Formats: sequence, structure tokens, C-alpha cells
Amino acid sequence: MSNLVNVYFFGKKYQVPESLTIMEAMEYAGYQLVRGCGCRNGFCGACATIYRIAGDRTLRACLACSTKVEDNMYVATLPFFPLVKAVYDIEKVKPTEQIMMQLYPEIYSCIGCNACTNACTQGLNVMQYIAYAQRGEYEKCAEESFDCVMCGVCSTRCPAEISHPQVAMLARRLNGKYLAPHCDHLDERIEEINSGKYELLLEDLMGKPISEMQELYNNRDIEK
Amino acid sequence: MYTDPIMQESIKLVEAAREANIRLDPRRMTAEEKDVLLKTYHPDYRVEQFEELKIGPNKGGKVPIELAKLLQGNPRITAAQVDLSKPDYDVDVLVIGGGGAGSSAAIEAHENGANVMIVTKLRIGDANTMMAEGGIQAADKPNDSPAQHYLDAFGGGHFAAQKDLLYKLVTDAPDAIRWLSELGVEFDKAPDGTMITTHGGGTSRKRMHAAKDYSGAEIMRTLRDEVLNRNIPVVDFTSVIELIKDDKGCCAGAVLMNMETKELLVAKAKTVVLATGGAGRLHYQGFPTSNHYGATADGLVLAYRAGARLLYPETLQYHPTGAAFPAQIYGALVTEKVRSLGAMLINAKGEAFMNPLETRDVSAASIIRECSDRGNGIPTPEGFGVWLDTPMIELKHGEGTIEARIPAMMRMFGKHGIDIRKEPILIYPTLHYQNGGVKITDNGQTDIENLFAAGEVVGGIHGRNRLMGNSLLDIIVFGRNAGQQASQKAKEVSVGTLTLSHLDAFKQELKDGGIDTDVASPKLLPDYARRNNTI
Ligand SMILES: Cc1cc2nc3c(=O)[nH]c(=O)nc-3n(C[C@H](O)[C@H](O)[C@H](O)COP(=O)(O)OP(=O)(O)OC[C@H]3O[C@@H](n4cnc5c(N)ncnc54)[C@H](O)[C@@H]3O)c2cc1C
Ligand code: SF4
Ligand code: SF4
Ligand code: FES
Repeated sequence: MSNLVNVYFFGKKYQVPESLTIMEAMEYAGYQLVRGCGCRNGFCGACATIYRIAGDRTLRACLACSTKVEDNMYVATLPFFPLVKAVYDIEKVKPTEQIMMQLYPEIYSCIGCNACTNACTQGLNVMQYIAYAQRGEYEKCAEESFDCVMCGVCSTRCPAEISHPQVAMLARRLNGKYLAPHCDHLDERIEEINSGKYELLLEDLMGKPISEMQELYNNRDIEK
Repeated sequence: MYTDPIMQESIKLVEAAREANIRLDPRRMTAEEKDVLLKTYHPDYRVEQFEELKIGPNKGGKVPIELAKLLQGNPRITAAQVDLSKPDYDVDVLVIGGGGAGSSAAIEAHENGANVMIVTKLRIGDANTMMAEGGIQAADKPNDSPAQHYLDAFGGGHFAAQKDLLYKLVTDAPDAIRWLSELGVEFDKAPDGTMITTHGGGTSRKRMHAAKDYSGAEIMRTLRDEVLNRNIPVVDFTSVIELIKDDKGCCAGAVLMNMETKELLVAKAKTVVLATGGAGRLHYQGFPTSNHYGATADGLVLAYRAGARLLYPETLQYHPTGAAFPAQIYGALVTEKVRSLGAMLINAKGEAFMNPLETRDVSAASIIRECSDRGNGIPTPEGFGVWLDTPMIELKHGEGTIEARIPAMMRMFGKHGIDIRKEPILIYPTLHYQNGGVKITDNGQTDIENLFAAGEVVGGIHGRNRLMGNSLLDIIVFGRNAGQQASQKAKEVSVGTLTLSHLDAFKQELKDGGIDTDVASPKLLPDYARRNNTI
């Protein structure tokens, strides 16, 4: 058994093994989680958590599923934060600066305090991606924000009341749909399929006895 | 940083052999070798871990013990507890499950003019789809074809796939990619728009499309955004605990339970799409899992109890590369892309003991053999593991490749002080995917009229083993299909009187089958809370 540390969940003290993540520690303490727990591995953003270590004035944020407990950690989970999600029609919007002004005008009130970046559980440069969004540089915003798990912690800290992950979501969709280079070979293949080019070939495969399919499969050439 | 002396010693051997190993292309196993390996080491072949079903449509068939308990478990409610005469929701199409398959279905049903609603256990997007890292297959390159894709998937699935479903999977694949692209999913592309594609285990052409190693997250968050843009109602933190039928025997809705307040609600629907995903959190045979918190095979239980057949429910996929160290990420997925990019599997002695791109079942069995009978595993707190030599990637493709192509992996290990650019990582198979599931026809319908199914809850598309990248593909292809078909069908359905009489019939079957159980199902969530003297 590894050493025990003191952790305070919502102010109440529990002793838990130091090797656990915050999420596992809550379960060790006896919590049966419903909220604040999704992928359990840093992808879904369900487990946003804020904490302070006694004696340290810094307020920190993390994902409970991928952060180890520390001694004298005061923890509050943040399983939901009311973000603003603007509704739009992806077919009708255009990747211009106007669209951000229209849907998320508050981004232009950013005061450059960098609190969002300091709080980001993924270590992203959040202030920078908001700056890109302001300038309509959606490709850069998309790249900079790509690893965002939409946990919402940055937005809890923002004096300008920006819903950063939603801004980034819009930028990525605009980039993916309108700005990224178009893929021609995809269109060509779909065209071929629709014209029935592969039907016979496939039907032939489907009609073959298993032994023949095994033969084909085991001797197929593999691209280097 | 590895501090364990045995690990440190072994790493030295790995480093010393790296230059030589990197030039090797270990030969692929012959069909016979694979056969013997699987039968001896793959968890699916441990007969004592399976139980014969005594009742239901698959009576006489075998499933994992843990699943048998749930399939033959007690309903959480009795018919008398629920007032079906005043439904809380009344819709055309009810989608159960807010993952990739459910969201795709809902979007297509909405596109087709249906009044559609999603009900999901946790939040929309708290799902296996969100976690997929590696990518999605589609034969869209000039040297590839849907027929080649068919051959790879059919062989990889041990020649057991339902042919019409596989046909649909491969021919609809390029269109699925275009659909996602047009919704704004950012696939990795070259400057001229050509898709950047790689191999996955068992592929004969490089047809794995990716969005870095956040492929599933990128797809899921885009679909979720689209669901919200269309104002499709999402009833979250609510589970389906039973399907409802009408007096004609057709599926006609579901009983819902609020996960927090336990309040019961009734949803009436003309058609229902079951998209509840997988079962990793049942921890078959005690394996760790890569799955999300809500992956508890609920859909199999709901459908089985209502009378739907399952196909290949005895086949599970153990992903060869689950994290074996450190303990905090035990079982978490190390994407296959790490091997696609050139990292090799190395044993404790520094030997490249197999070709890293064999199919998943073969790779998993081979790693289990290395760690058991051959005694070439590296001891970890939870058991054993072998090395995945990640620094090879940058030796092959240049510095910066890891950060650019597999940032999630770099971050996952980085959080625990391991720099995968410089140090190899320890891996061991993890319970990953439910190959089998509810049987459907190519219009997506199950054995029960008006009950459609899509995604990981379905069985048959992949046969007895699924290739990497074919699941993200199937949830889009068959999710869309289910949404289109269910909404089309809804136009002609008139729902009869709602009933839960199949629950009574099921209870009678349990009794007649001599099954006396205190297990309640569906399971809904795993129970990880430590109960220390509680009441
Ligand atoms: C870590 C990981 C990596 C993967 N990588 C890849 C990859 O690279 N390529 C690939 O092709 N595939 C991959 N897969 C597999 C693939 O992601 C999944 O099989 C697929 O996304 C499943 O989609 P789904 O919509 O069927 O289920 P899910 O996405 O799991 O969604 C199911 C939803 O149903 C909900 N639900 C469950 N029970 C109930 C209930 N009773 N009532 C209401 N709602 C319920 C769940 O909460 C969840 O939201 C990966 C899987 C994992 C876990
Ligand atoms: S940018 Fe904000 S929402 Fe995204 S991961 Fe960072 S803190 Fe979470
Ligand atoms: S927290 Fe808000 S105001 Fe401060 S830098 Fe970030 S976006 Fe700007
Ligand atoms: S539970 Fe998904 S990020 Fe922590």
C-alpha cells in the first residue's frame, strides 16, 4: 500500500493513497460518481476541477481523471459551467471576420489578462487562439485550439465573459469546411462508386467460397 | 522517467538494440502460426470464462460470464411501476445514446424532417467515440478500392462478417468522410488537399484518415455541435432502462431513468434507434479497459430482453497496446497509430519479437505469450508489460513528428513524467471493443420491428474481429443509415397501445429457466466506490 495523503473534497478531509488520481481518490473516499466523469482519460472534459494546495495562494485547475492527488489538496469539482453556445447554420456561415462579431462579439472585449491561458487544463495558449479568432485567422485559431477538451475552465476565469471553447469550436468547423484544401481524390472515388464501378468486383468477392477468400487474403500484396 | 531498476536495465537493452531493430521488418506470421497462437493465448479462447445462455433468442450460445449475468438479470422495474398512458415525451424517432452513432442518426433523422430526440446516460459526447485516437478507414486513394477494403476487413474478421453489411461499410466509406468533412471535421491533409493516410493493423493499403490523434474527439465534438445547432433535444444524465413495445409487438419507446434523481419517465416514439455503444466497463476476465465510464453493454441487455438476437457476442477485442505503466493510466489506450508511425514492440531483452502491424487479436495474443510462457515481459505494479519503442518514430520520420502526429499520447505520458520522444513506453492488452452485438439487416433494423441499431452495439459488420478505423467508419455509415431509415419508417407508423408485457414474459422465462438471480440490469455504471462500513 502506498503512502496516504490528506485531501479535502469540498472542504472535507479524507485520507487516500498518494498514487491515485483525484477521480480515483473520490471513489476511494466512497463517492459513486455520476457527474464529472466521462472518458476517465483526458479526452472529454467532463471532470474539470479546481484546487489549492494549503499554503500556496495559487488557484489551479486540472482534469480530475488525469491528475494525481497531492498532500493538503483542497478540491472542488466543476462538472458543469454555463457556456454560451451560439447556434448557426454551418451551410450558411462564411469564414469571415464578421461571423465572430455576429456570434461571439464578447471576444473583442478581451483585456489580455491571460487568465484563460494560465487556467487551461490542457496547457493551451488560450489567449492567443482568442486573438486569432478576433482577427478572423481561423486556421491558426483551429491549430492552436486543437487539443481543447472543452472543459470550460478557462471561461470560469475570464473577466470578459468569453466562452472560449465554443469560439474555438466554430473556428475549427469553419476551417475544416471552408478553408482547408479541398480533397479531389475523395470526390473522384465517390463518383466511381456511384457509377457502379466496383459493384461487380464486390459481388464477385461476396460470392466466393471461404477457402478462396482465405487464399486471396493470405496472399494479398501489402503497400509498403 | 523510469525509476524502477528492472525497467531501467531493460531500457538499456532496448536502446542498445534500437539501431538494429529499426532496420528490421519482422516477418508476418503464417495463417497456421496465427491460428495456434490465438487458440493458446487469446482471451476469447479461455472456455472457463464463458457461460451458456439458458434463455432468450441466443439460448444455448456462449457469452462472457459477466455478460451472461446481465443478459439473464432482473429488470429494474415492473410493468406496474410505470404509467404508460401519459408519456413525458412523444416523438417520431427516439435515439438512445449520445455517441457518434446516435448523433449521426439524429442529424440524418432531423435532415429527413423527423421530430427526433436523443436520450443519453451522461452528457452528449461522454462516449467511446470521444476517445478514438487513431483514425477512420476509407478506400479513397487511387491505389486502393472498396474491394480491397472489403478483403482486408473480411479476412481480418476471420471470414465471418455479415457480407451485406460489410459491402455497405466499404462502399459508403468515402461518402462518410466527405459528409464529416463538410460538417467541418479537420482531417489531416497535404497542402494540395490529398488526405494523409497511414496503415493500421491488418490493412493492405494506407487508408487510415486521422485528425492528429484526436480523431474521435474531432468527429464527436463536431457532431455534437451540429446536433446543438439543429436544436435537437438532448435529454442528458438519463438512461434507458427498458424498451417499450406496442400491442402489435413493435418497439414504440423507452422507459427512462434520471441518473441523479432516479425519476422514471416515459418516451413514446414511432421508431427507436439503439446506439448505446460497448461494454469495456464490465472488465471481462478482469482486464483493464480503454472505454469510457458508461460502457456497460446496456443496449445488448435492452434488446435481448425485448427479443432481439445477438451475433458474435462471445468475441471481444483486446487492444494490444493498453498502457501498462504507470498505474494511473493502467488500461488507457495507446493508439495503434504509434505503431503505424513506426514504433516497434520490443521485449525485456530488447528483441523485436513480432511484426508490429499484425491484426489486433494476433498482436494481443503474441504480447500475452511474451509476458507469460516466454517470460520476456517487464514486471509492472499490475502485472507485466512489453516495450513500445516510441523514440523510433522520430528516428524514422524526423524530430517533431511525435508532437505533430500523436500529441495526445505525448501529453498522456508527459503528465506522468515520461517523454515518449526519448523513452519507450510499457504496454499490455486492454479490453477495448465489443466485436459482436445486436443483429441487424442492411436497413439497420433489428429482429424487432421499428427498433433500429447502430454503432458498437451492433454485431456482424466486422465478423469476429474489427480492424482499427473500421469502427469510427461504421458508426458514421450505419448511424446515418439508421437515422435515415428510422425517420423514413416513422412516416408510416401508427403506434398502438404501449405495453411492457415483454418484461413479465421475460421474468417467466427466467423462472422457467431456473434462474434465480439478484443481479439487476442494465448495469448503467460500474461501481468503483470503495464501500467502507456503509449502510
Ligand atoms: C480509447 C478508444 C480508442 C478508439 N480508437 C478508435 C480508432 O482509432 N478508430 C476506430 O475506428 N475506432 C476506435 N475506437 C472504437 C470506436 O471509437 C467506438 O467503437 C465507437 O466510437 C462507438 O461509437 P458508438 O456511438 O456506437 O458508442 P459510444 O460512442 O460509446 O456512444 C454510446 C453512448 O450511449 C450512451 N449510453 C449507454 N448506455 C445507455 C443507456 N442505457 N441509456 C442511454 N444512453 C446510454 C453512452 O453514455 C454513450 O454516450 C476506439 C475506442 C476507444 C474506447
Ligand atoms: S481551452 Fe479552455 S475549455 Fe479548452 S481545454 Fe483549455 S481550459 Fe478547457
Ligand atoms: S481570460 Fe478573457 S480577458 Fe483574459 S486574456 Fe483570456 S480571453 Fe482575454
Ligand atoms: S473524465 Fe474525460 S477528461 Fe476526465
